Amino acid sequence: MQKTTCKSSSMKELPEDLPPGCHGPVTVTAVAGRFSCCMESSAADIPPICNWLTTRQGYRFASIVIEEMEEEWLAHYIFYSDNGQGPVSISTRVNKADKALPSISHLIHAADWHEREMEDLFGLVFEGHPRLGEFVLHEEWPEGTNPMKKDFDATVPYIDQGPSSSCSWHPPSLVSESGAFMMPIGPIFSGFAESAHFLLETVGEDIIRMIPRFFYKYRGVEKTAEGLPADRALLLAERFSGTSAFAHSLAFCHAVEEIWKTRAPRRAVALRVMLAELERFRHHVAAIEGICSSTGLVVAASQAGILEEDILRLSCKFAGHRYLFGLNIPGGLQRDFSDSECLELAGDVKKIFVKLQDMEKRLRFSSSFLDRLEEVGTVTMEDAVDYGLVGPVARASGVAGDLRTCLPYGDYGSFEFSVPVEKEGDGYARLRILFQEAEQSNNIISQAVSSLPGGGIRQPLSPGARPAGAALGWAETPLGATFHWVRLAEDGRVARYRLTTPSFTNWHGFHLSVEGFAFQDFPIILATFGLSNAECDR
Amino acid sequence: MSGWVLKGLKTGIRTTLYPKVEELAPGVSPGRPAGGRAAGNKKPAAEACPVDAIAVRDKQVSVDYDRCILCGRCLPPAGASGLVKPAADYEWAYKIPRDTVAAGGAGVTKTCSHSLHIKVVDGGACNACLSEVSQLTKPYYDMHRLGFFITPTPRDADLLLVVGPVTEHMKLPLKKAFEAMPEPKAVMAVGTCALSGGIFGPGFAAGGGVKEFLPVDIAVPGCPPPPLAIIHGLLMAVGRKDPVPSPTSPGPGSGMEAAK
Ligand code: SF4
Ligand code: SF4
Repeated sequence: MQKTTCKSSSMKELPEDLPPGCHGPVTVTAVAGRFSCCMESSAADIPPICNWLTTRQGYRFASIVIEEMEEEWLAHYIFYSDNGQGPVSISTRVNKADKALPSISHLIHAADWHEREMEDLFGLVFEGHPRLGEFVLHEEWPEGTNPMKKDFDATVPYIDQGPSSSCSWHPPSLVSESGAFMMPIGPIFSGFAESAHFLLETVGEDIIRMIPRFFYKYRGVEKTAEGLPADRALLLAERFSGTSAFAHSLAFCHAVEEIWKTRAPRRAVALRVMLAELERFRHHVAAIEGICSSTGLVVAASQAGILEEDILRLSCKFAGHRYLFGLNIPGGLQRDFSDSECLELAGDVKKIFVKLQDMEKRLRFSSSFLDRLEEVGTVTMEDAVDYGLVGPVARASGVAGDLRTCLPYGDYGSFEFSVPVEKEGDGYARLRILFQEAEQSNNIISQAVSSLPGGGIRQPLSPGARPAGAALGWAETPLGATFHWVRLAEDGRVARYRLTTPSFTNWHGFHLSVEGFAFQDFPIILATFGLSNAECDR
Repeated sequence: MSGWVLKGLKTGIRTTLYPKVEELAPGVSPGRPAGGRAAGNKKPAAEACPVDAIAVRDKQVSVDYDRCILCGRCLPPAGASGLVKPAADYEWAYKIPRDTVAAGGAGVTKTCSHSLHIKVVDGGACNACLSEVSQLTKPYYDMHRLGFFITPTPRDADLLLVVGPVTEHMKLPLKKAFEAMPEPKAVMAVGTCALSGGIFGPGFAAGGGVKEFLPVDIAVPGCPPPPLAIIHGLLMAVGRKDPVPSPTSPGPGSGMEAAK
């Protein structure tokens, strides 16, 4: 790897002097994989550099990626910002036997869950982290089981690999006032909710603390992907979170296309925008349905349910799959659509949008409905920044951070659209964001179909020209920013796949919105967040 | 009240007439590849399948719907012909005969033919399957008209509807839910994941489908199966649709065709 010292670099982001607290040396490595700057430093310098990036340079934390190499651990800390420069990565290497990295979560709270996950899955220790221990792997897994390590056999069901742990799990209880009790909810819910467990601590009506327990749906997607050819791993990217399938497969394709130095043809890029917005449109209508039914507003929920199925049928009629599976492929799309089909689609979306607008108007005057949402489940802007929240949830609290404009991909740069932002941070603000974003999606779809470029839809990849490498792919899914970090080996197979998803990011901050609110508000707040456990747990 | 009631009345009835009348609205089903007699070399289609769901034997092409994830890679491009052809149906459910099902659970066919209470358990599905199940209670499908109800607790349930490959962490909750159900009870596995582990399993964290842990009576393949396929499965569970055997066993070819 070619290395230049910090000072001789022409990179604008790097200061002449090292960030405060750094001992150096910090080197700039060759920029690759869609990054604007890649640095490497000693492990001890990671916290000051990360802190400097977020507090002085306006960067937001994106992800931590750990790679197990022959002799060492390689850790990448990834940040992004809306300065138009692309993401930044800082890497460090630690001895395989050392297993210890300094924690950054006391400086960047958004990294908290990342460190806990890495501790659980790799057996690394993040020194200074206040709460390491059981996180992804529940009590069934004996201490010291680290499935992401290379020597772990992922093909055999875990139970066959050794005796199960004999520990049982006791819910941690923090509230010690007299009369305090704990109400557990889940992992199986009364309706169709996804598996997850919430412990609500209270002394009466209000929730004092909420402790979530996730990863009931942990399927080990990152591990399963290892060793698979890219077009097979794509199926995992598409299916691990089926209601955002298109956005996730897009982010994965972006990473692979970067590694293979190929570009989807212009027509495919435009069609991808159209399909991604169709997915967002459907997703938001479904989320609105969820909010209406959580408040018991049955007629509105039915109306939204009709629109949701209308969009599902429309997607199926148009693209052959109700959830837009099977369309993305590294290098473009698997199938083309005629211009007239696309125009018809935009027309149909428009018709559904008009009905949605009518619904929004009515909801605005349904006072009993608004009472359940206004000033309920509030997340302040400060908290949203601290926790690095993303997507509609963050935008309802005043934090824009939409990857379509922060780190533009596809040809979003050529469309006119706005990123709606609200200030209140309550349930109603989140609902308004959903309506406004649905409107923007409708706008983008109409623009996209009116100027579709001609040409092919898939860049043929010559089997010989598939270099090994690593890259970061990203996309703004309906729920917010996702980062897919992919390393491919020479044979085109996945060596490491790291998924950072908006549900993982936002569940981290979810407790903020329920603490201090009444029990009966819990399902409503849950619906206004509208997060996916499949996406979080992977 | 913002005229919600009037709005509701004005919308009229959207609900499908299935099963009385076949539902033909476009987009209700993504369709799936159908097997059949092969003319010529079927190698390419079999090789195109990323999950080895296609087998060619004695000029017969068969698709293993327990594995097929509806990725569409085997389908010929529009207008062209190939022998794995798209079939736009949705009556995909099949019944697993009692004697191959391990002990436990006595079937609900007779007892519950008019009213069925369903407990849904998410065994680690990707959310698309759950989304399709949730459509069943929405206006287009409204399964209440058929006497099917979602119940919050397994103690009132006649049928356990499971989606997902069953993850390591959901094994125990799933087993407990099944045990809490009164007899007679049935299990319906919905989605390719629930039938074989799908794209995720079997592996270290995701199982190889519900049948590894519970006796499955009704299987609904698809990734995800559309709502009508799930209704088909429910009707079969209560004996209001003829039981169809597994489409890939015993012989190759599409079981749907054999049944008709
Ligand atoms: S649609 Fe089914 S049978 Fe065809 S390639 Fe995909 S998984 Fe295989
Ligand atoms: S069968 Fe397909 S749609 Fe259903 S949970 Fe599995 S991957 Fe998702």
